[in-house]
Amino acid sequence: MQQRLLLDSELLQITIQRLCRQLIETHEDFSNAVIIGLQPRGIFLADRIRSVLKSLLKMDVKVGYLDTTFHRDDFRRREEPKKAKETKIDFQIEGKDVILVDDVLYTGRSVRAALDAMITFGRPNKVELLALIDRSYSRELPVEANYIGRKVNTLHSEKVLVALREQDGEDNIWLVNKEPK
Amino acid sequence: MSQLKTKHLLGIKGITEGEIQLIFETADNFKNIINRPIKKVPSLRDVTIANVFFENSTRTRLSFELAEKRLSADVINFSSTSSSVKKGETLLDTVNNILAMKVDMVVMRHSSPGAPHFLARHIDSNIINAGDGTHEHPTQALLDTYSIREKHGDVAGKKVVIIGDILHSRVALSNIFALKILGAEVMVCGPATLMPKFVSSLGVKVELDLLEALKWCDIANILRIQLERQKMSYFPSIREYAIYYGVNTEVLKSLDKQITIMHPGPINRGVEITSDVADSDHAIILDQVENGVAVRMAVLYLLAGAGVN
Repeated sequence: MQQRLLLDSELLQITIQRLCRQLIETHEDFSNAVIIGLQPRGIFLADRIRSVLKSLLKMDVKVGYLDTTFHRDDFRRREEPKKAKETKIDFQIEGKDVILVDDVLYTGRSVRAALDAMITFGRPNKVELLALIDRSYSRELPVEANYIGRKVNTLHSEKVLVALREQDGEDNIWLVNKEPK
Repeated sequence: MSQLKTKHLLGIKGITEGEIQLIFETADNFKNIINRPIKKVPSLRDVTIANVFFENSTRTRLSFELAEKRLSADVINFSSTSSSVKKGETLLDTVNNILAMKVDMVVMRHSSPGAPHFLARHIDSNIINAGDGTHEHPTQALLDTYSIREKHGDVAGKKVVIIGDILHSRVALSNIFALKILGAEVMVCGPATLMPKFVSSLGVKVELDLLEALKWCDIANILRIQLERQKMSYFPSIREYAIYYGVNTEVLKSLDKQITIMHPGPINRGVEITSDVADSDHAIILDQVENGVAVRMAVLYLLAGAGVN
């Protein structure tokens, strides 16, 4: 299997640091901004962004988790239904600037589902998207990220594998060829 | 596992512990959703569901209908009292006519045991048994065990007594199956005349004395005395039943512990349970109703997901 390392632990840390500084440029002290990590892996990135922001701003930024399973457009169209994970948003998003955080932006369909799922909690003032990896030229919906960790050109036959230390023990993000079916 | 192996939910008999746990975990998500300001998700927006009730029901039909609507399914309701069944149409014809209108799932209650199993052999849609005669009522058993899990953390190892008319109760049979699958200890309690002959072959204890049963258990699931199913007298009078098998505060106070009180409804207040017990802090009767919607959403969602491709 051919594979290429996109980000290792050190690069990932630098990338998250940079993304946090970009967030501060837009949202300053985060007085009206909240972060929502998308299940399953966006939540770990959201937590890391929270801890970096805490060291930079000396304050806690509100972070929630959002599961989009029941809002996906591929239910009844895939072999096996996806299993839902926890949604935990303990704050109001009405009138807030919401930053959605996900690991990989690919077709844009998950983000569409996330927008739908998020709206059930209220009407935000503004919604932004932060994606660690942006797979350019592969969108199926008109969705773009405001903050991008790394942009890569990929083929449909390739897959981005995200390993994060919170669940996989180490940080490594690979671009690999999909196993032929 | 993220999928049920079965296409229909006809009964608890035949489903596995893993499948029940999957339904519970999915129901957890839906319980969270129905407590949000917007209680609806679009998962089943391209699914049409027929609620076909050949027997009266308020709670179960409302609960299913609400679950279906919260999943954004299109819903049609059918009840036999206002339909061509009165004109002599057969069950299969009735359902085939409904399916000809492109219905994907059928939720059915019928007074004949096995009616949904019969349908499952003849039609392609997903079928959910909402009660078939004195046989099974699977979603009730799922919501009962889900409520026990919610209140006590786990079902395994808990001592559960089912009190009342075991002979005519589909709730009792489905509950026994579900509790046994999940590892609970089960006892049935009621007058000898309302005890099925071979009930102990299901692996349950049998106790005819209410006080002994209550002393033994952690959870008491009290069944309604089904007056409509008793064509002959199984006990001398309602008053006598209430004296010997009615759960009241005095008998609960005489125990040296608190037990959880459950009832599938509708309650005959003052017969199988007194008002002060039904309304007490240890009764989870209304939690059962709330959980019913979440559990039914989980069942509909999982069956709908399994039903394509």
